[in-house]
Amino acid sequence: MTISNPTAPSPSGLASANGHAKVQELESVTIRFCGDSGDGMQLAGTQFTNASAILGNDISTLPDFPAEIRAPAGTLAGVSGFQLHFSSHAIHTPGDTLNTLVAMNPAALKTNLKDLEPGGILIVNSDSFGTSDLQKAGYTSNPLDSEAMKNYRLIKVPINKLNREAVAECKLSPREADRCKNFFALGLVFWMYERPMEPTLKWIREKFAKNPAVLEANTRALKAGYNYGETMELLPVHYRVPKAKIPPGTYRKITGNEALAIGLVTATQLAKKELIYASYPITPATPILETLADLKRYGVKTLQAEDEIAAMGMAIGAAFGGAIGVTATSGPGVCLKSEAIGLAVMTELPCVIIDVQRGGPSTGLPTKTEQADLLQAMFGRNGECPVPIVAPRSPADCFHMVFEAVRIATRFMTPIFLLSDGYIANGAEPWSIPSLDSLPRIAIQHPTTPNSWANEPQHENGAGEPGKFLPYKRDEWLVRPWAVPGTPGLEHRIGGLEKQDVTGNVNYEPGNHEHMVRTRAKKIQNIAETIPDLKVHGPASGDLLVLGWGGTYGAILTAVERAQRKGWSVAHAHLQYLNPMPKNTEAVLRSYKQVLIPELNAGQLLWLIRAKYCVPAVGLNKIQGRPFLVSEIEAKIEAILTGAPDVEITTTPVVSDGPSQG
Amino acid sequence: MSATTLPTLTVKDLTTDQDVRWCPGCGDYSILAQMKKALASLGVPREKIVFVSGIGCSSRFPYYMNTYGFHTIHGRAPTIATGLKMAQPDLQVWVVTGDGDGLSIGGNHLLHVIRRNVDVKILLFNNEIYGLTKGQYSPTSRLGTRTKSSPQGSIDNPIRPLSVAIAAEATFVARTIDVDVNHMVTVLQRAAAHKGTAFVEIYQNCKIFNDGVFDYVTDKSIKSDNLLYLEHGKPLVYGKDRNKGIRLNGLDPEAVELGNGIAVDDLLHHNESAKEPSLAYLLSRMVHPEFPECVGVFRAVRKPTYEELVQEQIVKAIKAKGPGKIEDLFRSEDQWTVE
Repeated sequence: MTISNPTAPSPSGLASANGHAKVQELESVTIRFCGDSGDGMQLAGTQFTNASAILGNDISTLPDFPAEIRAPAGTLAGVSGFQLHFSSHAIHTPGDTLNTLVAMNPAALKTNLKDLEPGGILIVNSDSFGTSDLQKAGYTSNPLDSEAMKNYRLIKVPINKLNREAVAECKLSPREADRCKNFFALGLVFWMYERPMEPTLKWIREKFAKNPAVLEANTRALKAGYNYGETMELLPVHYRVPKAKIPPGTYRKITGNEALAIGLVTATQLAKKELIYASYPITPATPILETLADLKRYGVKTLQAEDEIAAMGMAIGAAFGGAIGVTATSGPGVCLKSEAIGLAVMTELPCVIIDVQRGGPSTGLPTKTEQADLLQAMFGRNGECPVPIVAPRSPADCFHMVFEAVRIATRFMTPIFLLSDGYIANGAEPWSIPSLDSLPRIAIQHPTTPNSWANEPQHENGAGEPGKFLPYKRDEWLVRPWAVPGTPGLEHRIGGLEKQDVTGNVNYEPGNHEHMVRTRAKKIQNIAETIPDLKVHGPASGDLLVLGWGGTYGAILTAVERAQRKGWSVAHAHLQYLNPMPKNTEAVLRSYKQVLIPELNAGQLLWLIRAKYCVPAVGLNKIQGRPFLVSEIEAKIEAILTGAPDVEITTTPVVSDGPSQG
Repeated sequence: MSATTLPTLTVKDLTTDQDVRWCPGCGDYSILAQMKKALASLGVPREKIVFVSGIGCSSRFPYYMNTYGFHTIHGRAPTIATGLKMAQPDLQVWVVTGDGDGLSIGGNHLLHVIRRNVDVKILLFNNEIYGLTKGQYSPTSRLGTRTKSSPQGSIDNPIRPLSVAIAAEATFVARTIDVDVNHMVTVLQRAAAHKGTAFVEIYQNCKIFNDGVFDYVTDKSIKSDNLLYLEHGKPLVYGKDRNKGIRLNGLDPEAVELGNGIAVDDLLHHNESAKEPSLAYLLSRMVHPEFPECVGVFRAVRKPTYEELVQEQIVKAIKAKGPGKIEDLFRSEDQWTVE
């Protein structure tokens, strides 16, 4: 163990003496675990997150892993990372720069060091810096000996050796023993940041209940790491991040995908409807299928379809049968589902299509985040084919917005898109567990009797007779009845051919077609009457509005708050409803001299806003498969308000002399 | 109607107010008529019956049946039927498809609905041509078929619908012919009674674009020598004089004449409930003119349906841990309380 350059600046955050000479209190910390795909970094990061959440910190996470399950060990392509921001105050992003980096091998060091702040703590597994390890990462000399290390507080720990010693008595194979080293590293950082070990020990006990040797080994590795930190006094201080002052309540940690699954079950159960979820496995949406497949005792039916099209067809069939039909996918899957989504529009059946967006086009960047499917969701079908769109803004918000998706779909008899993204899906934050009483009950009614009467005025198409069921006779919102097969007397036929309004009979007349196209569009617009106004965070009018949607919420909010603290006249609004948009959207846009729209795409909401409202908004666009840094948005806000030259987000290669990470 | 009798439907009850728009002379008219007859005999109420179709001439079928109906998109009817059966396992769901819809654009879904043994009845109207797009060759068109898209003759090897269904281990497989009306009614009744995926191929004449392609099994003067009616437990005998049969020569079928040392007992006996689908597959490969083509029930075995297995897992899960409570779901991770 060596600590170099102990005189480097201390980690950022507010240090305060608290009576204990060896403990330093920090307001917030950003830490990243990185190593080979097989090193268990996602697990270490998740466990550290759980411990921090249970301790009462606010948390925000950014898992970042390669598309390859096991790229060749030790290579740059195989590096997997997990970033956590934990804090004693409310936070909204996983952090811009790292205070601490744990790197399990040279490849991890090479791809992640650029994000570590000057003076930051760098923990490396010095046992994995042998000649061949260095070669695989493309190093010609050991970077730990380089001058650059003087910028950091480098802690070299022979983790392989120490871990093997710790688990020696457990009689594991060398390979099995080495698999515990992530827990050794975790134990070490638990000590550094005064995290409780018990939640992880409990997890180990449950996970390895059937394998006592592995249970014991992981327990020992974790404790050994912790004790090593304490005994060796790895740093002159260790750190404490006090509880966050967050609203009272009972909390748990939740990822976006978990919140979608739980939200779907809750919304459908409270609506007394069956949830039928059909999906084809696709990154990053698969965990929703896996979660729901294990919830059979909640009456959930899951179908792993043969392809994306089938999944959409099954959701539509389920909806025809009176259940809540849901499918989830990512961008490439939406392409395949498009024709069937059009069928749901034409037949006016309610179903929810979740698109967990990833980098595109084509297969693109399967494990990286992007917001580039907005226009696909908006327009990506043949014909005039309007589909409503909602978009959660954070992992926990997925719970609320999927409720909204179910409500809108069933109230307006329409398929609906919920646009999540890889960042929200895999990222976690605390979720205030709601009481069931506080949640909405979505009221769904199916007709049981015919809806055509002798004493009512003849409808405009003249068809239909008293006592008959008219499948396209609409209510005050232009919504048709949801009559379910099995109901006597309501037998009817629907399909993808153009319908005569009211009767639903196949009809090719020019006037009827235009009427139906406009009716379907008006029906979707009517949704705006039932959604909340766009809220503004900041002054109700002023110099600049920063408008966002989806998973950029936290970064935009933090950047705007910083600009506000500097005295700038800037406000933030975030669209959770993208089609239709809230009724006050135009009024909000026109209350500011300028509008900035940051997006993780080439400017899709920007395109919509300009086209719809003729507002000269400008974009801040990042298309790197990674979320915004707060500083990037902050810089753009300042550039706009000071009239400085335009700020562009530059792409810095991950490494200068090797392929960039997966 | 007394309280104890099943509601009976008439053919008229099953007829909608929509004009039927198939071409005059189309085989689909006969199928529609036999379907109504078959359903009228079953005692299943109209509201419990759903027709789901894809795209093509055959797929207009639901508009003409006064039951619930869903005319979906090209090739995807099996997926929609599967979703519907998940929501309402008690419905009697018919999927109406054609050789293009079911075996070309929708081939994948056909395989998967069958292998899952979803309790749906699939009728594949095989006319060996694309009719609605006005006469291009289909996946079942014979080699050399000259159409507008194959002016020099089709070079795509045709697939046999029943071979595909049997390869996917369909639990009920049958074939009938549009003009063989009594036979068709029987086959449709058997399909309706089957629990699990029933796959029925119907040879259907396209008057406009492929007229006469099945003459060898419909022309009264020759059909007896080209057609073999399968009967469970009976030997495979055919021919105008009932003097021909099918026997096995090693692993291959062989068409033989009875007599000259060949007795009925030497012939293959049909066993529709055989556990292994090998013989049914072999029968599905018999093609004119080398062989007579079989009609009737090739295979009928009972296996758990997809709906039954889905329900069984739910029941088991509830039995093991009790019905799910939302509060437990919320608390499926460690929690902490802020005061």
